[in-house]
Amino acid sequence: MSQFVNVDVESDLSQAIVEIKDVTFSRGERTIYKNMSFSVPKGKITAIMGPSGIGKTTMLRLIGGQLKPDNGDILFEGQSIPRMSRKALYDARTKMSMLFQSGALFTDMSVFDNVAFPLREHTQLSEDLIRLVVLMKLQAVGLRGAKDLMPSELSGGMARRAALARAIALDPELIMYDEPFAGQDPISMGVLVKLIKSLNEVLGLSSLIVTHDVNEVLSIADHVVIIAEQGVIGSGTPEQMQQHDSALVQQFLKGLSDGPVPFHYQAQNYQEELLSGGQ
Amino acid sequence: MNTRKIEILVGLFVALGVAAFAVLALKVANSGISGSGETYTLNAKFENIGSLKTRAPIKVGGVVIGRVEGISIHPQEFVPVVAMSIDANYECQFSDTTSVSILTSGILGEQYLGISPVIASDSAKNTCLGNEVTNTSSDVDDLDDLFGVQSKALKDGDLVTDTKSALVLEELIGQFLFNQGSE
Amino acid sequence: MIDFFQSIGHKTLSRFASLGRATRMLIGALVNVPNLRKGPALLVRQLYMVGHQSLLIIMVSGLFIGMVLALQGYTVLVGYGAEDSLGPLVALSLLRELGPVVTALLFAGRAGSALTAEIGLMKATEQLSSLEMMAIDPLRRVVSPRFWAGFISMPLLALIFSAVAILGAHLVGVDWLGVDSGSFWSIMQSQVSFEKDILNGMIKSFVFALIVTWIALYKGYDCIPTSEGISKATTETVVHSSLAVLGFDFLLTAVMFSG
Repeated sequence: MSQFVNVDVESDLSQAIVEIKDVTFSRGERTIYKNMSFSVPKGKITAIMGPSGIGKTTMLRLIGGQLKPDNGDILFEGQSIPRMSRKALYDARTKMSMLFQSGALFTDMSVFDNVAFPLREHTQLSEDLIRLVVLMKLQAVGLRGAKDLMPSELSGGMARRAALARAIALDPELIMYDEPFAGQDPISMGVLVKLIKSLNEVLGLSSLIVTHDVNEVLSIADHVVIIAEQGVIGSGTPEQMQQHDSALVQQFLKGLSDGPVPFHYQAQNYQEELLSGGQ
Repeated sequence: MNTRKIEILVGLFVALGVAAFAVLALKVANSGISGSGETYTLNAKFENIGSLKTRAPIKVGGVVIGRVEGISIHPQEFVPVVAMSIDANYECQFSDTTSVSILTSGILGEQYLGISPVIASDSAKNTCLGNEVTNTSSDVDDLDDLFGVQSKALKDGDLVTDTKSALVLEELIGQFLFNQGSE
Repeated sequence: MIDFFQSIGHKTLSRFASLGRATRMLIGALVNVPNLRKGPALLVRQLYMVGHQSLLIIMVSGLFIGMVLALQGYTVLVGYGAEDSLGPLVALSLLRELGPVVTALLFAGRAGSALTAEIGLMKATEQLSSLEMMAIDPLRRVVSPRFWAGFISMPLLALIFSAVAILGAHLVGVDWLGVDSGSFWSIMQSQVSFEKDILNGMIKSFVFALIVTWIALYKGYDCIPTSEGISKATTETVVHSSLAVLGFDFLLTAVMFSG
């Protein structure tokens, strides 16, 4: 397929931590991906972009093994996620973590306990040591002072930062961010952008960001994959993407930066639906 | 702390539950405890059992010593057979001349089995219990010697032959009317 | 017409699928026993949430139901001069039926709906997914302790309910209406059997506990993760588990007490 010719250009981005190979996935009657392939390079920030409703979150769930593809393979550190045994999958999951759109903090625990939770579950560390680690992680996201608050007392941006502290508690190899910038004010957005960038550099982990906030993500991403129409329509560095010759890519990048203009792909659907409703 | 408070409250809850169980078991259902001991079974044939039910009490002089275990029909004779489960302490105590009758407590009350016990002779008891029969102490008062018949003590599975059926009100009235008419 | 049969067939199939998912969830929660280090603490917490939090409503309801039973029973029995039988009347109806059934219905309304809403909310806010991504099985971590808490709590609650109700009946029957206290207890004791009445009542209670907790957890776990879906699931929990409890009560009564 001509769509991922650009992948070869990034051979300098070292080996991949996640490889999506020829994946087909459908939910019910609806095909979400068809023969999609791309890879997430190790130690870099990769952004998956695309219009709403094309299953970007589904992609993260596939990588996390919560969903299984109909066809094709997903490799995490060279091992096939869909074919893993339950135990192997759980082992693999301790090496990745995911920042959910809502933060997904446990509502019945304080911020401190939330961050301590994966440590208490997966390590045999003493409470004293856990306290140290948790304070360090909270310091990294600037919420050390909020450690005794309950999740319901946090603002949206703070909840996401607390969730980020929890996501890095076990020092994962890969962090997946699901729409980290959605619904944030410019200040929290700026904070998050800076955090993602610095965490990636300091901790040497790989980041995978799913978003449609083009400007924010292009400023920090090393590698960009644009998904639409059931597959990858373009991938490369942010600079390469700006000059990409696909009309679709250009429309997506510029369309969104101009404002909430409906994307071409969506408009077609809309018309079809209108027509079918008239019959 | 918080966890400790929760632990205490849960402990309280469980203790309350156990206390409720104890109250129900001891105060509300006393009969169950004594009835759960070891028992042995006797059978008795009746002409008519009236409305005797399983689990009806079996009494000796008003004291409950067992419960009706089951009621069935004799396969050849087609008369009701009542299986009685009786406290094992009374095994081999009653002679086979003991009689069982179906009685009613009060006018509208439940029916129960009344046992009029005949105490088994010592030798019969010993035979029944499987002990060696010692003839050394020949009991002069013994009824068996008097009549020259050897009676047996009742043990598990034995059949009581001397039974008195239930009084059925309709039959009584019928008999009464019949007698009236014949006069 | 064909559409009609098609929709019936479709609904039947989706019912079966739903039962299948519910069974898979239950097995997943039961087979994967929570780990020994964390399990007891989680269970105690849930016993508090599910059991202790239902204690007040159970005790108050029990007291009133016992009092009403005594009052109603007395007015009927006194007509036959049989008011001494108030004890067994109250005790038998409570131990065999009202204790397990009313407790199960109250439990479905109090704890069952709370369980559904809580798990539904955890699903809607991606807490369950988040657990999975942290390599922690939500069935083991979230569903299992709640199931056991419900399963243990309800029979305890039913016992408490019956005991409190009998005390309530004593209060009205003996202290207020003047039934003789001695005959109240002694006739009750002679009529109530430990195995037949108390143990069978407890078996009922365990069955109801299984049903109500299972339905509540499944409805939450399987709900559509939106506020609308959660409210629908909560209602369904109360309706379905109440109906299931009454249906199974009939079956169990037929098996236990008709012989």
